[in-house]
Amino acid sequence: MTQLTPVLSEHWDEVDSFTLAGYKRNGGYKAVKKAFKSTPDEVIALVKESGLRGRGGAGFPTGNKWSFIPQGDNKAHYLVVNADESEPGTCKDIPLLLADPHVLIEGIIIGSYAIRANHSFIYLRGEVVHVFRRVQQAIDDAYAAGLLGKNILGSGFDLELTLHAGAGAYICGEETALLDSLEGFRGQPRLRPPFPAIAGLYAMPTVVNNVESIASVPAIINNGASWFQAMGTERSKGFTLYSLSGHVNHPGQFEAPLGITLREILELAGGVRTGHQLKFWTPGGSSTPMFTADHLDIPLDYEGVATAGSMLGTKALQIFDETTCVVRAVLRWVEFYKHESCGKCTPCREGTYWLVQMLKDLEAGKGTEADLEKLLDLCDNIAGRAFCALADGAVAPIISSLKYFRAEYLLHFSEGGCPFDPVAATLFETAGA
Amino acid sequence: MSFTVEELATMDTIIARYPKSRSAIMPLLHFVQSIDGYVTQRGIETIAIKLDLATAEVTAVSTFYTQYKSEPVGEYHVGICTNTLCAVMGGDAIYESICDHLGIKKDQTTSDGKVSLERIECNAACDYAPVVMVNWEFYDNQTPASVTELVDNIRTGNPPAPTRGPNSLRTWKENSAVLAGFSDGLAEEGVQAGAPTLLGLEIAKSQGKK
Repeated sequence: MTQLTPVLSEHWDEVDSFTLAGYKRNGGYKAVKKAFKSTPDEVIALVKESGLRGRGGAGFPTGNKWSFIPQGDNKAHYLVVNADESEPGTCKDIPLLLADPHVLIEGIIIGSYAIRANHSFIYLRGEVVHVFRRVQQAIDDAYAAGLLGKNILGSGFDLELTLHAGAGAYICGEETALLDSLEGFRGQPRLRPPFPAIAGLYAMPTVVNNVESIASVPAIINNGASWFQAMGTERSKGFTLYSLSGHVNHPGQFEAPLGITLREILELAGGVRTGHQLKFWTPGGSSTPMFTADHLDIPLDYEGVATAGSMLGTKALQIFDETTCVVRAVLRWVEFYKHESCGKCTPCREGTYWLVQMLKDLEAGKGTEADLEKLLDLCDNIAGRAFCALADGAVAPIISSLKYFRAEYLLHFSEGGCPFDPVAATLFETAGA
Repeated sequence: MSFTVEELATMDTIIARYPKSRSAIMPLLHFVQSIDGYVTQRGIETIAIKLDLATAEVTAVSTFYTQYKSEPVGEYHVGICTNTLCAVMGGDAIYESICDHLGIKKDQTTSDGKVSLERIECNAACDYAPVVMVNWEFYDNQTPASVTELVDNIRTGNPPAPTRGPNSLRTWKENSAVLAGFSDGLAEEGVQAGAPTLLGLEIAKSQGKK
């Protein structure tokens, strides 16, 4: 059995974990002092060497991203933290920030020092007011303690940090849409190149990193690259947060080395809800093609999940048991993508609209086998043809569900409607309420 | 009627946070909602003047984001998560039962102005499903019965505290001010984490490894 590795979550059970005093008691802000003894390039080299890859979904090596920022260009540089956690099933950054906002701030100071940024931003989704309070308080306390502002801890390094609330748009989790939003526009993705490292916020060199990626940096500085590399698998190094939700006896956050399997996590969590069986699950949110009970032993690292035909994504393990209608689940996800499509490009804007129309009919039993081919054809004309990955995410649940559960779509047609009782899938049914 | 001198000065402090003024548009819209309850015409016009933009440019932004409301919402805005996972586990049933109970549907407000309803997307609390948000505070692990009780208590003036939030529930306008970047001093209230957040840590400790 794989041992869990609580690093980010190590002190979450202390009632004042979110305060500056609580964070410092557990060694907080030591990594900043250590980083300041190195040159910025040495910090980048260390993060590169550790093998840390982006925890927001794409898995791009964090140190490499930092190294793409041109140096000596006499331009302002920016570090922007993507805290717009909105991918369905994803629920790791929000509890992290509620319990420990200072670890993010410490990571931001180190990252900004490395890429020579003197102003950084946290773009936090707006629908979490108490998290906003916690992060704002942490920033204010860090300023008061001389950890932000001018000449931080006598290092000569200056950093301003601004917390910015989003306002309810999933697309702003896409890094270039986030930058447009932060500049005060509608959050719509930009055509790349140029990439943010060359022309990001205000057209200046910019790094956009996920909360968990940046929050992992202080531990790497404190403990070294080889400590981090000792966890995980060959190309997926370190620890990460897996979020287990849905039809399980005990949902929650599990911090483990990359490469742990769902079977292991389910065993630790007391399994699928009693009396039921696993039907389908997502490895990393709704945009990652679904898996079934045949995929329990796939190593949950970037390569293992990709080899099996999906993506590690945000490690949002959403579990659905046999009471769940897969067509209903897919329709609801696709309705989400339609709602969140920014409207910039036609395949996504029009395509998600038509996908919803078709799926509504199919769920109501008004369809034939030929409609399934038409649905797949539609998907084929959407995926890979849009500015950003939202459209790819929209078709992922459709294509993967048809791969594993084609018969269930057909059953809707032969039954003339959905054969499932939605009450059986609710939690209150089992609670007897 | 225009904003007060103090309110206009506060808008200037928001603008001063950013290297370029246009970046202030989102916190300014949250700030307008903290005063007017929604994005009013005077709010749009004032932001346009402050940022040297056309009113159409401000409207284009405010209509893009679902948290900005073009009409008044209730003093307590209730969001029921009906994205797939919450919906399947009970969110759909909660939504239907609360519509019946209140006699309103999504994007409508009770006649006393206390409660408005919204079907919301995933709010990053799936390990606490089914999730309901009130004024964007967490109410975890809900049922149709618990949400009925929640809105009844709101309407009689006794809103219960959020599950993971401050010790008392603030109004829509008050929380909009927080999102505009103005502290209400409540950051240290409430739990640091709920039980699901801590589950893996507890198991790790019982595994004998820290």
